Amino acid sequence: MANVVVVTSGKGGVGKTTSTAALGAALAQHGEKVVVIDFDVGLRNLDLVLGAERRVVFDLINVITGVAKLPQALIRDKRLENLHLLPASQTRDKDALTEDGVAKVIDELRTKFDWIICDSPAGIERGATLAMRHADAAIIVTNPEVSSVRDSDRIIGLLDSKTVKAENGERVEKHLLITRYHPSRAARGEMMTIEDVLEILSTPLLGIIPESEEVLRASNIGSPVTLSNALSAPARAYFDAARRLRGEVVPMIVPSENKGIFNKLFGRKAA
Amino acid sequence: MTLFKMFRRGSAPIARERLQILLAHERGARNQPDLLGILREEILAVISRHVPFEPDKVQIKLDRGKSVSTLEVDIEIPNGFGVALAKAS
Repeated sequence: MANVVVVTSGKGGVGKTTSTAALGAALAQHGEKVVVIDFDVGLRNLDLVLGAERRVVFDLINVITGVAKLPQALIRDKRLENLHLLPASQTRDKDALTEDGVAKVIDELRTKFDWIICDSPAGIERGATLAMRHADAAIIVTNPEVSSVRDSDRIIGLLDSKTVKAENGERVEKHLLITRYHPSRAARGEMMTIEDVLEILSTPLLGIIPESEEVLRASNIGSPVTLSNALSAPARAYFDAARRLRGEVVPMIVPSENKGIFNKLFGRKAA
Repeated sequence: MTLFKMFRRGSAPIARERLQILLAHERGARNQPDLLGILREEILAVISRHVPFEPDKVQIKLDRGKSVSTLEVDIEIPNGFGVALAKAS
């Protein structure tokens, strides 16, 4: 059965698109059939991060308005045949993103894919609420920084009230993904620790992505970091997070102070 | 905690404390029903049983003070009913 996952955060610039690309690719590398959908109408970027920006012909809004059929708008990744992208529209009116239209697209995708990963725009407006609307699970991307943590808390509130699952008295399964974590700064007391963030948000941890130049390099060349450098620290963290998302129990590793070496086992069990 | 450690402890604990206080407050506000809306509805229901008035001519204000808060209800009543109210009292 298909899993609909929203990657959300409230705050912009915390790594939603990067994480959508990396996790989508990691799942596809495991042999799962994956589609990633860009919900950021007017400011699409998932196509760019995946290196598919020149292959966009039709988009999500075209499918909703009936200009194109869903298979025409889906872009198959050139490196991973299991990974597909449904891009956002770059120019069209945001109001074209309707609740019924999104519901129909998600229903159709559910019959074709194992994983439907919705990359939410920042904020709590229409695009963000529609991206989370049909989610079975949510990945809340958070930086260990006050404004990001506060916005994540707000988004958690919305996930518990404004989703189809919540309205039916069910729960959206929530996972916290901490990105841009600097172990050395946390050790010096300059940055909140993983424990701090978990205690404040009381949401199960999906993974910890260390701050790394590899993430910027990956977006520069238009490749998910799990493909561009699969052995790098952030790629390994994303691979582990993807396995946890599939329900595997993988020991949580906190990036240690020694750059690039993961050696400190974290006592907490994953989600 | 030694003085040395306190000096070294950095700004992260401050971030954590500020967030804990702020989010406790914001979560409380989020889960609360609209208190003012409920008060407005129930007060108006009681008054309208005895005195006719126009719903648009009603102002309800809640001022939160440090030790005391005030609930201000301002209802404009058409003139004919002034007499009835005076007789009743």
